[in-house]
Amino acid sequence: MQDRVSAAIIGASGYTGGELLRLALAHPNLEVRQVTSERLDGQFVHFTHPNLRPSTGSGRPERVEGRRRTQLKFVRAEAVEKCDLLFLGLPHGSAMARIDHLATLADRIVDLSADFRLRDAADYDTWYGKPHGNPAWLAKFVYGLPELHRHDLKTANYVSGVGCNATATTLAIWPLAAAGLIDTSRGVICEVKVGSSEGGAASNDSTHHPERSGVMRSFAPTGHRHTAEVLQALKLRNVVTDVHLSATAVDNVRGVLATAHVFVTPGTAEKDVWKAYREAYNHEPFVRIVKEKTGLYRYPEPKILSGSNYADVGFEFDPKTNRVVALCAIDNLMKGAAGTALQCANIMMGWDETLGLDFPGLHPI
Amino acid sequence: MPIETASGQAQCPECFADITLSTVMQNEITQCPGCGAELEIIALEPLTLALAPQEEEDWGE
Repeated sequence: MQDRVSAAIIGASGYTGGELLRLALAHPNLEVRQVTSERLDGQFVHFTHPNLRPSTGSGRPERVEGRRRTQLKFVRAEAVEKCDLLFLGLPHGSAMARIDHLATLADRIVDLSADFRLRDAADYDTWYGKPHGNPAWLAKFVYGLPELHRHDLKTANYVSGVGCNATATTLAIWPLAAAGLIDTSRGVICEVKVGSSEGGAASNDSTHHPERSGVMRSFAPTGHRHTAEVLQALKLRNVVTDVHLSATAVDNVRGVLATAHVFVTPGTAEKDVWKAYREAYNHEPFVRIVKEKTGLYRYPEPKILSGSNYADVGFEFDPKTNRVVALCAIDNLMKGAAGTALQCANIMMGWDETLGLDFPGLHPI
Repeated sequence: MPIETASGQAQCPECFADITLSTVMQNEITQCPGCGAELEIIALEPLTLALAPQEEEDWGE
């Protein structure tokens, strides 16, 4: 186990890359040496990620160290030197084309894109509309959701990212799958409400403020790519059923709320559902069961998770119809992307998996 | 005559969590640390909890 390692982020100009950089700069065991952007080559990072603007003034050593880090400039990917840990924040499709070269730069890689999430290459045809460009690499990657793959992550050299909507959906229903409670003849229906940052840093006409502001926009009523990750997760417990995922954009910047409708096997009682959730998550550092009789937020609420790596899950059970409404709230850029990526890196490096991820969120916000 | 109290574990009737209780009296109101339900100690031997009457809130339904 190494105590302090060098790191680089290839593709750091987007929202997930920026969020990962924010976390990495504050991480006690990471030294971020290089961050890349072809478009922004030579520019200071903090003009793109202004929350990382260096402090002015203080000559105290710890402040100087912090200032040095945030005075990073973007470099081109071809300038990246060997390091211990490489994070990839590239657009989907890019990492798979370059992975042979990228693997020469670091022994350990965490890829935040979708390129290595699915184990079966044929799923890329089905869900991404074209064949995978480098299927031989798929088996080398471990899917980066610690709640499902912690054991494999400990010995992994290559870790994939997770889809934010897949993460929220999977964490909402995983306890029911793990406990064998899902009535697979009925299928799972899940609606995810998502903030605008899911759309990435690039804009278009429909994201122009007068158009985007105030919307409740159905953008993927069917066929959402993250469905493939949920199906793959369910197969870990031999749960084979249809998953119907719909996504609706709402007027938030960050956040995902997954509301899944799961029919459970006849005879299931509320106590069984509680037991399933507790067994799945009682020892998880970043998953909290939220189903409260009092308080301001009695079910999972993404708003208070902004910037945190927590996933809040909850449920309500209707015994008349055997329906469980399973809920999960996350920050899409954190537990749905950069936070989980860093959690995986911590596990992979043999560190405490909560290192650098203890921010509890803000209230009020 | 001393007031009878009890300590030990009891199950929340709302979320089925095991709750540790210390020196509680009959009819005392406590709160489940997991789900926040207000609970009444309805028996000391064995320690037994029931949901305490709670004011319903209108969440705009």
